[in-house]
Amino acid sequence: MAAYPRQPSVHLTEDHEAFRESVRAFVEREIRPHADEWERAGIFPRDLYRQAAKAGLLGLRYDPMWGGSGLDYFATVVLCEELAKCDTLGTAVGLMAQAEFALSVLADEASDSLKATWLEPAIQGELIGAIGVSEPGAGSDVAGLSTRARRDGDDYIISGQKTFITNGTRADFITLAVRTGEPGPRGISLVVFPTATPGFEVGRKLDKLGARASDTGELFFDSCRIPATNVVGVEGSGMRYILSHFAGERLVIAALAVGVMEHLIEMALDYGNERNVFGTPLLGFQTWQHRLAEMATRLEATRQLTYQAADLLNRGDHTGEIAVSMAKSHAADSVKFVAAEVLQLHGGFGQMEESPVPRYYRDVAGFSIGAGTSEIMREIVARALIQTRAAGTKERK
Amino acid sequence: MNVVVCVKQIPDPADPGALDPDTKTLKRDTKLILDESDSYGVEMALQLVDAAGGGEVTLVSMAPNNEVGGIRTALAMGAAKAILVSDDALQGSDALGTAKVLAAAIGRAEGTDLVITGTESTDGYTGTVPQQVAELLGLPSITFANHIEIGDGKAAVHRQTEHGYDECEVPLPAVVSVTAGVVEPRYPSFKGIMAAKSKPVDELGIADLGIDAAQVGWAGAGQEIVEIEPEPEREAGEIVEDEGDAHERIVAFLDELKVL
Ligand SMILES: Cc1cc2nc3c(=O)[nH]c(=O)nc-3n(C[C@H](O)[C@H](O)[C@H](O)COP(=O)(O)OP(=O)(O)OC[C@H]3O[C@@H](n4cnc5c(N)ncnc54)[C@H](O)[C@@H]3O)c2cc1C
Ligand SMILES: Cc1cc2nc3c(=O)[nH]c(=O)nc-3n(C[C@H](O)[C@H](O)[C@H](O)COP(=O)(O)OP(=O)(O)OC[C@H]3O[C@@H](n4cnc5c(N)ncnc54)[C@H](O)[C@@H]3O)c2cc1C
Repeated sequence: MAAYPRQPSVHLTEDHEAFRESVRAFVEREIRPHADEWERAGIFPRDLYRQAAKAGLLGLRYDPMWGGSGLDYFATVVLCEELAKCDTLGTAVGLMAQAEFALSVLADEASDSLKATWLEPAIQGELIGAIGVSEPGAGSDVAGLSTRARRDGDDYIISGQKTFITNGTRADFITLAVRTGEPGPRGISLVVFPTATPGFEVGRKLDKLGARASDTGELFFDSCRIPATNVVGVEGSGMRYILSHFAGERLVIAALAVGVMEHLIEMALDYGNERNVFGTPLLGFQTWQHRLAEMATRLEATRQLTYQAADLLNRGDHTGEIAVSMAKSHAADSVKFVAAEVLQLHGGFGQMEESPVPRYYRDVAGFSIGAGTSEIMREIVARALIQTRAAGTKERK
Repeated sequence: MNVVVCVKQIPDPADPGALDPDTKTLKRDTKLILDESDSYGVEMALQLVDAAGGGEVTLVSMAPNNEVGGIRTALAMGAAKAILVSDDALQGSDALGTAKVLAAAIGRAEGTDLVITGTESTDGYTGTVPQQVAELLGLPSITFANHIEIGDGKAAVHRQTEHGYDECEVPLPAVVSVTAGVVEPRYPSFKGIMAAKSKPVDELGIADLGIDAAQVGWAGAGQEIVEIEPEPEREAGEIVEDEGDAHERIVAFLDELKVL
């Protein structure tokens, strides 16, 4: 396939490009050949976590002391850009839900003993982790969550329900958001929840529109007793941890979108050159030339926002959260646009399951939902802008 | 356990460039990469050193313009160091010339227990370099290995055959060529990629190896490429229109080819 002509970036070194080659080889050999099978099965083999770990893919940003690579967000970005091309986005999401969503807060806030028990084996691909925040009654409104953790001596007793949890049906542990205190954001804590705990049950494996190779579960907690030492960081700080670590999840989605767009545009270039209509290749028509240019432009705009966000997050700059929210909502809009255009370019063939195009079209639908909806992304951006103006007005007075 | 692996650096087969009509050889002015055929040898060597619980893997490569693109990949996989021979006088080397250079370079590595090569390269694929290297070093050799086990100063090798494998044994040091696909080459990790940059690559010319320029390159080549031609286009197949008897005509055709 014609490789997308990626423009050089000041943020990416020779090492990033060598790593890109490595991930690309991993995708080509270990994932893409199985894409159809895993999509049909609705799950991918557990062993893929071990293989990914051997290639050093699951702990890029984490402390080498726990088996990580001690790198920054650009390593994650490159990983996602290439993983996205595996033709089974659900698999990519399943891997990243472990590598980034479930682990990043443990790497930053958990005790050494929790890190040794859960973080390190997860980085090695021996354990599967999930992030459990969303509930039937609390999705966007995280502060409204109601799964309760009641203190009982040295333990917590957890009761409640989670839903839409990626890796939920087979996770060994869940980085779980629970209510340990008062209603509202200050009463929330994060705990490491071992799924072997009695009283825990996986309900349905949810049947989704896209990302079908990733299992998404409904989870029930009935008086599950776990040690209070499983609390991540400080009790009552859960909301703060969740909000600050959403940034990594959102960056992952944005970078996956960049990779998907590159991949789809590659397909468009190939098909657009090969397919003749009225004696002319599709890309000989100006309408398709312009649509191709528009797709590439939206891709590059998304990339710039994504790289800008990664750069700010690397520096620990507080505007990183705004940048990543812009990147994610723009990424979701752009990747849906590109998927629809490439689907249209493929005509009837684009409707056929033997092409990866319709699968991508379905898979990217969730990009504006998972890890925070596009409406919530815009809320964050708008609130920041309005607050800045209010602060500025105060200064001028 | 110290293993030397010969790794060829070749033009990317995805973008193989062109033949030079003057020299009648492949143009090698683009970035070169690790020949995939040699990634299996590198993996095998890393596993053997691991199993032995000590020692290291040294790479040996001959390539134009001090090219290290492919060497870096093998270092990122876990090899400890490399010897690279690059010299203008090497242009035009045939397989024997190449073997002379590799043999001399292998001699530079100390305490070598085993030399591993691929069975044939992706771009040149004469499949003759390994045996020539062994002969020049005065070492025993086994070709087409798909499994190697080390013990008691010997290598027990499964040598792939058409119907299975022969169990062979060879005293060390020895030269063993490894068949493609017999192990899963590891993916260089980001950490490995960064570490590779500070691993030593000993860049040598032929004078450093005491090789006479007349023995190698165009001057020393015992072979001459007389002519190159593009591969003939595949002829269009015969289309059998089914008029009810297509199956019979196909059977007759296959019969004629004696494949039935
Ligand atoms: C495939 C998939 C995987 C997921 N994986 C996980 C996971 O691993 N862990 C996890 O915890 N969660 C996961 N989720 C849940 C996801 O984070 C939520 O679905 C998401 O945050 C939205 O919550 P909700 O579904 O409750 O929608 P709601 O919050 O009910 O939102 C419904 C609609 O209202 C809009 N809306 C909400 N608030 C506002 C507002 N203030 N102003 C205007 N509009 C608003 C939303 O944008 C949305 O369009 C996953 C979801 C999906 C689809
Ligand atoms: C007259 C003539 C002129 C030529 N001129 C040139 C030229 O100018 N430039 C050029 O690049 N080629 C040239 N070639 C091609 C060159 O001879 C072969 O590519 C080279 O000798 C290796 O042979 P092979 O690839 O067939 O090795 P094979 O025997 O197929 O390779 C088997 C294994 O040997 C090892 N090996 C082979 N070559 C190397 C190497 N260079 N470094 C490390 N390990 C190696 C690898 O482990 C490999 O898997 C010329 C050939 C001829 C006949």
